[in-house]
Amino acid sequence: MSFRIGVVTFPGSLDDRDAARAVEMAGGIAVPLFHASDDLKEVQAVVLPGGFSYGDYLRCGAIARFAPIMNSIVTAANHGFPVLGICNGFQVLCESHLLPGALTRNSNLHFLCRDQKLKIENTKTIWTSGFKPGQEILIPLKNGEGSFQCDDETLNMLESDGRVIARYVDFDPNGSRNLIAGISNERGNVVGLMPHPEHAIESLTGPSTDGLTFFTSVLHQLVGR
Amino acid sequence: MAKIIVEVMLKPEILDPQGQAVASALPRLGFTFAKSVRQGKRFEIEVAGDPTPAQLAEVEKAAETLLSNPVIETYIVKIEK
Repeated sequence: MSFRIGVVTFPGSLDDRDAARAVEMAGGIAVPLFHASDDLKEVQAVVLPGGFSYGDYLRCGAIARFAPIMNSIVTAANHGFPVLGICNGFQVLCESHLLPGALTRNSNLHFLCRDQKLKIENTKTIWTSGFKPGQEILIPLKNGEGSFQCDDETLNMLESDGRVIARYVDFDPNGSRNLIAGISNERGNVVGLMPHPEHAIESLTGPSTDGLTFFTSVLHQLVGR
Repeated sequence: MAKIIVEVMLKPEILDPQGQAVASALPRLGFTFAKSVRQGKRFEIEVAGDPTPAQLAEVEKAAETLLSNPVIETYIVKIEK
């Protein structure tokens, strides 16, 4: 049996198809979910993809937070439902207060698109359990507002609780505090990541296949539930 | 007609690269007055007639939930004649 993983399409989502493809490559069943409906269609996990939801007007992710589908996702996530937010999805998770902090304009002001090396810091979350502790991976990074910011208290909490799941290595792309590329919630079921694992699942189109592990991780974790 | 104004600024401790870019562009144009620049957002909200205290309270709520992100921003609400 396989598991149903939902991929939400907001107006302005770009990477929903790649995310769905990554789910299928990992062995899951990708289920398209629509922003305007609150129906989770009996999926067992959800991916919020990259893009520019609602044009990123006001602030990235600010308007998507109030989409009907997000009401269902926030309620489910608070009960342990797995959610992965990639890039714009990470911004939506922060705006929804499922994750602390906020993503702001890259410190160098440039939209950056590059293959970025990351170090996986936490392999206990539902989405990172397939990695080895300290494993270095190479996946695409592409954003204009990827600088992770939070107050000192939140930063200390994230660090001391081991909730930083990935950090930028060798190059600081955006001025994120402590080079943070991704974080999780306390339970480890909600993960936000700025770079794009769904673009690194096949050697033909990606710099590696390292990204696939995020999607195989959740499927393995769902088996154990 | 009076308008309700909401001004949103990044908190002082949050890096503002846009403001910094403006600050560094000013002297290139011969403007030497600026020690620093911070950039924010301004919302002009029209209501029918003069804003009532109830409407202002609602705007406060909207400013806190949608117009600003309290994690990184602060806001002020005021009336402009």
